[in-house]
Amino acid sequence: MAQASSAARQETEKAPTPAKMNVSLQVNGVERKLTIAPWTTLLDALRIYLDLTGTKKGCDHGQCGACTVLVDGRRINSCLTLAVMKDGAQVTTIEGLAQGSTLHPIQQAFIEHDAFQCGYCTPGQICSAVGLIAEGRARTTDEIRELMSGNICRCGAYPNIVAAIEQVMAGKGAEKSAEVGR
Amino acid sequence: MTATSHLGKPASRVEGRAKVTGAAKYAAEHNVPGAAHGFVVSSTIAKGRIERIHVADALAVDGVLDVFTHEHRPKLASSDEKYKDEVAPPGSPFRPLYDDQIRFSGQPVALVVAEEFETARFAASLVRVEYDRQEHVTDFEAERERVASSRAPKKSDAEPSKSRGNAARAFEQAAVKIKAEYRMPVEHHNPMEPFAATAVWEDDDRLTVFDKTQGPQNARNYVADVLGMPRDNVRVLSPFVGGAFGSGLRPQYELPLAALAARALKRAVRVTLTRQQMFTLGYRAANVQQLALGADSNGNLASFRHDVVAMTSQFEDFQRDFVNWSSLLYRCANSELSQSLVKLDQNTPCDMRGPGGTEGAYGIECAMDELAYAAKIDPLALRLTNYSDKDQIEDRPYSSKQLRECYRQGAERFGWSNRNPQPRSMKDGNDLVGWGMATGVWEAMQMKASARAVLTANGSVEIASATADIGPGTYTMMTQLAAEMLGVPLDNVTAKLGDSALPDAPVEGGSFTASSVGSAIHAACRAVQEELLGLARKITGSPLADAKLDDVVFAEGKIRHKADQHREVSIADVMRAGKADRIEKEASAEPNGDSKFSHFAHSAVFAEVKVDEQHGVIRVT
Repeated sequence: MAQASSAARQETEKAPTPAKMNVSLQVNGVERKLTIAPWTTLLDALRIYLDLTGTKKGCDHGQCGACTVLVDGRRINSCLTLAVMKDGAQVTTIEGLAQGSTLHPIQQAFIEHDAFQCGYCTPGQICSAVGLIAEGRARTTDEIRELMSGNICRCGAYPNIVAAIEQVMAGKGAEKSAEVGR
Repeated sequence: MTATSHLGKPASRVEGRAKVTGAAKYAAEHNVPGAAHGFVVSSTIAKGRIERIHVADALAVDGVLDVFTHEHRPKLASSDEKYKDEVAPPGSPFRPLYDDQIRFSGQPVALVVAEEFETARFAASLVRVEYDRQEHVTDFEAERERVASSRAPKKSDAEPSKSRGNAARAFEQAAVKIKAEYRMPVEHHNPMEPFAATAVWEDDDRLTVFDKTQGPQNARNYVADVLGMPRDNVRVLSPFVGGAFGSGLRPQYELPLAALAARALKRAVRVTLTRQQMFTLGYRAANVQQLALGADSNGNLASFRHDVVAMTSQFEDFQRDFVNWSSLLYRCANSELSQSLVKLDQNTPCDMRGPGGTEGAYGIECAMDELAYAAKIDPLALRLTNYSDKDQIEDRPYSSKQLRECYRQGAERFGWSNRNPQPRSMKDGNDLVGWGMATGVWEAMQMKASARAVLTANGSVEIASATADIGPGTYTMMTQLAAEMLGVPLDNVTAKLGDSALPDAPVEGGSFTASSVGSAIHAACRAVQEELLGLARKITGSPLADAKLDDVVFAEGKIRHKADQHREVSIADVMRAGKADRIEKEASAEPNGDSKFSHFAHSAVFAEVKVDEQHGVIRVT
């Protein structure tokens, strides 16, 4: 069965690959133009075609959170997003959080609290934490845990991750009170 | 013990900045120009042979470079010896794309290589395999019952110890006795980073491979041997490893696949496993543990029986020591220990986080808990009653054992004395609250390792060894040790690891990296110290003219006499006077073979578990 029909299939069903499309993304404040196949995920566009490998591929189907980036300010799983769907969007990756040599407060807090071991989930955790704080929904430790539950850490650094986020949130709270007081 | 500058003091991970900024590059992240992408096709049966494999459709896809199978591949080694890596168990290792035999579900059967990742993934879906499917045996429980006691384990590095006394008779006569059976299912490591290799082919048949591995030299030797290349022509790098937990001790199949494709196509090839394929690698073996404990009415152990059956593959006997741990933890005159293997049509298990100790302690400690209830003795008191001050297997004392103090501190901090042992007696709202404790034990090992230390005139230090850092902090440990030895700030030290070209080191595992690589760093830095002191002594009017190495300390950039703080010279001055731009020393260290003591690390765990009474939800708090 196999040989004959296989040959026949070659005649009639030659596997097509999709035509490439132009995509423009504002990545970390810089316009990046890509000509890529539409089946390219945002994650692979970043990692392979833009060499921004800080964003990690852990599971490639939305279960681990290692690929978390900020798109137009919202945290998303870049592995579940095709790059062509985000034409024109603002994308912030782990590489875009620091201001020059000054780390983002979350990045600094992760170092100070030893909120990682192997470091592979870390960029996703940090981007997710930045998104979480921007959302302003988490107020308690339990809420931080719940709203960070899409980001898995196999080394088990969760207590330190939560501590790092709490420290930054406490700092933000202090800033806000100071502003109100003025 | 003199005060230290860096050792034993908290420091942020030296590679922390690289990890929080995304600058740390893992195995699949070296975007070599012109790299092609490989995608693995996995077997959909567990046992049998490949009758036909149809690759024409995949090859017809625009952008596909080649499809490698057992019928179409470069020459590979044909003896087991070439496939046996540094930590291979006894048996005949699996050979990727070697022949038509299917030995386990998910076994790689083809590698599709294309210009782009997406094309390779799509083309891989077009590879069709016709199998001659054979009956497979993959159900551990069913097979265990079928072969019960009929199959003795083959020779292995984990032979059970000799029995002591007469455990059966002592059990019969015991005032208090329990029998229990505990099971562990298969556990997969699943580190966050999938296995990946980027193999870069270079003109004169040399390969540089970025691989996810806990042992860059182990991986180099394996891939060179399998491909029939001189080991010197291959270099394996693993500067960052996104977790491994033991799964990266042995080379995994992404490595030979990427390497063979790179060599055949004469270009760089990257192979990354999918999360699903991560379940086709080694794993913690499922096991069943039967225990029978007998004691007198005061809880003194009289009989300890521990029998373990674990799974392995059909082609390798992976076995770790499950049963000897009780002889280290508890005094007992009569013990009978055994372990055996059941062979299944699955991939070979591999080391995972405290292999053997984790499983054994689980069974032993659960049984001790059962015995505590049967004897109506507090679980901690039962452990203290049976506390063992010597290794009963080797009949010798421990180099150190602070477990008694560990129990005391743990119990105090946890508030163990407030425990009500009556089941269902402690509640928190809807939650039933349980308090429990257990003991842990693990080998304190040292392996032979080497390291290189380079001190330059500007005060910077480079320390290097071919170990890995899968997350425990090897970079930081190396940095702290070198800074301590040579009296420089942490910022002056650069630690290099994860490169097979560096001084020899074993795989990173077994909790022996700090003791092994650390001892080599100590030796290399000491050699640098000796040379520095030699130069210091030669300075005209040197305050250290008569000092020996043990008379001085290296701190704050100076060599200082221990007896007189004012007798010091700066290391920079010493190097200037000695006209030394750099001092480079390589040294190795190995265990001294002292057999007077047994070396083990112990721990005590106290835990609170809450169980929602209505919903049965379990939380470890």
